[in-house]
Amino acid sequence: MRLQIENLSYSYGEKAAVDQVSLGVGAGEFVGLIGPNGSGKSTILKNVYRGLIPDSGKMILDGKDIQTMSYRESALKMAVVGQENEVPFDFTVEEIVSMGRSPHKKLFDIDTPRDKQIVHHALEHLGMEHLAKRSYLHLSGGEKQRVLIARAIAQESDFFVLDEPTNHLDISYQMQIFDFIKRLKVTVLAAIHDLNMAALYCDRLYVLKDGRVTMEGKPEKVLTPQTIYEVYGVRSSVETHPVTGRVSITFLPAEIQSKE
Amino acid sequence: MRSRFHFTHREPRMGLLIGVMLIIALITLIFAAGLGPVSVAPETTAKILLSRIPGIGDSIAASWDVLEENIVIGLRLPRVCLGMVVGASLAVCGVTMQALVRNDLADPFILGVSNGAAAFATLGMLFGAFSFLGTYSLSISAFIGAAVTIIFVYGISRVRGRINITQLLLSGVAISMIMDGITNIITLSAPNALGLHNAEFWMSGSLAGARWAYLTLPLAVLIVCMTVLMINYRGLNLLLLGDESAGALGINVRRLQKMLVLVASLMAGVTIAVSGSIGFVGLMVPHFTRMLVGGDHKKVLPVSALLGGILVVWVDVAARMIITPEELPVGILTAIIGGPVFIWMLKTSNRRKA
Repeated sequence: MRLQIENLSYSYGEKAAVDQVSLGVGAGEFVGLIGPNGSGKSTILKNVYRGLIPDSGKMILDGKDIQTMSYRESALKMAVVGQENEVPFDFTVEEIVSMGRSPHKKLFDIDTPRDKQIVHHALEHLGMEHLAKRSYLHLSGGEKQRVLIARAIAQESDFFVLDEPTNHLDISYQMQIFDFIKRLKVTVLAAIHDLNMAALYCDRLYVLKDGRVTMEGKPEKVLTPQTIYEVYGVRSSVETHPVTGRVSITFLPAEIQSKE
Repeated sequence: MRSRFHFTHREPRMGLLIGVMLIIALITLIFAAGLGPVSVAPETTAKILLSRIPGIGDSIAASWDVLEENIVIGLRLPRVCLGMVVGASLAVCGVTMQALVRNDLADPFILGVSNGAAAFATLGMLFGAFSFLGTYSLSISAFIGAAVTIIFVYGISRVRGRINITQLLLSGVAISMIMDGITNIITLSAPNALGLHNAEFWMSGSLAGARWAYLTLPLAVLIVCMTVLMINYRGLNLLLLGDESAGALGINVRRLQKMLVLVASLMAGVTIAVSGSIGFVGLMVPHFTRMLVGGDHKKVLPVSALLGGILVVWVDVAARMIITPEELPVGILTAIIGGPVFIWMLKTSNRRKA
């Protein structure tokens, strides 16, 4: 296991947002967290990437407790693409991607030609070389998210934490971003909103409800009409798709349910 | 639809830009040291200044009045130098506060930090607190006032881990009114205890009466703070992405933010102790700097410092020229120029969000 979370709890004020959650991510695995809004997906990830400090529990990354690491050390081990992608100041795409190099830098280090090369390589990887000098402020949502993935690549870590990275994006961008990440062959822990996306890309899923893990396993095991009803409260029909070989979920509107 | 117009940065040559600005700063120094109710020609000013430089000074024939020399060296030059230091400090203080709150509308004057520093400085003078620190007591009480205000305003406007800009600006307004009230009460009720400085000095800023002795501390603080900030320029850039992203990219956010509070309070405090509150410099200068070089702090910090120094010196020249022989407080002029810039920025920042 690369990441092992044991009995993690976190609360915003009174109510527990994450309650005694334990989960693990193996080397090279693409693990998804699914569950309705407010089920604790983001909160777990924020604890992992140190945006929040857990109330209790342990998180072990590559054999070391995350909370005992310096921020630089944890940034060298994991790259994060979160929901916050608005930068209120004017930076070029290149400058934003270069920020991924900062955990590699000590206080007095300057940017070397090697850093430049890594940054351009990352941009190339996402087909964004031509946007390098463009202002980040003026990009579209999908382009911004791709720039942030490039930043994560420039960080040169092989563990990615993704917090609903494709929220609010057009379907083409959603697919593109997951395809890119899949191609990187890195270990991934991702919160995913869209169940079909989770089914397509994840090796393993954890289902969260009210801050607890209710189920864990391969997508075809977890994503059943029963579980989906229990967790999301909607009726659905689930089949194995003939082309992808993955489960495919169709949600059933009330009209059809009453006919059945 | 996204506009067809794409904003592409020219890669500004930093060395060239800094060089040009240094030359402009030098020209500013020579011209501004000559300009005033009694003007001295720039070539005379240049000669007077050169004659003071050890080594080459002796080769310059004295072709000027003693009066001119006294005006330039004794009166104007310290004032111009102080203007440079104050302008640079205020601009860099603005940059620091903007990184702290992730918003380009932050400025020591708008958020009440200047007023807090002034109020504490007057309090310090009245009660003689910190007087054991001698000549620096005024600066230290101003620094404490600035720090208290920053922490207060920052605390009020932080809602669920994020700075709410409406809260920030409104709490700034409220705090600056409270602090101005305190300053007014003190300066009106105990005028004798406060020596030279009156309420007008604290509230609208002035560089008149500058002496060489006033320059040491602000200059030292500026150099130290600038160095600290330049070393941490990556951290400042990352803070603009948000606390969580900055943490995920290896920054100890809490520690950096504390340091920024300290740096901003120091610069605001010692500046205000010598010049009163000169508003909007910390707002305008970083804004125009970013239009010039983008958002990277490695470029923004030095360019803002130079631009701030040059701007304040020229505004101060205008302040002593416009209604000669009377003098305008320099803060009134920066407010007249800066106020509309602030309103314009407020309008465009709303449009960006919509």
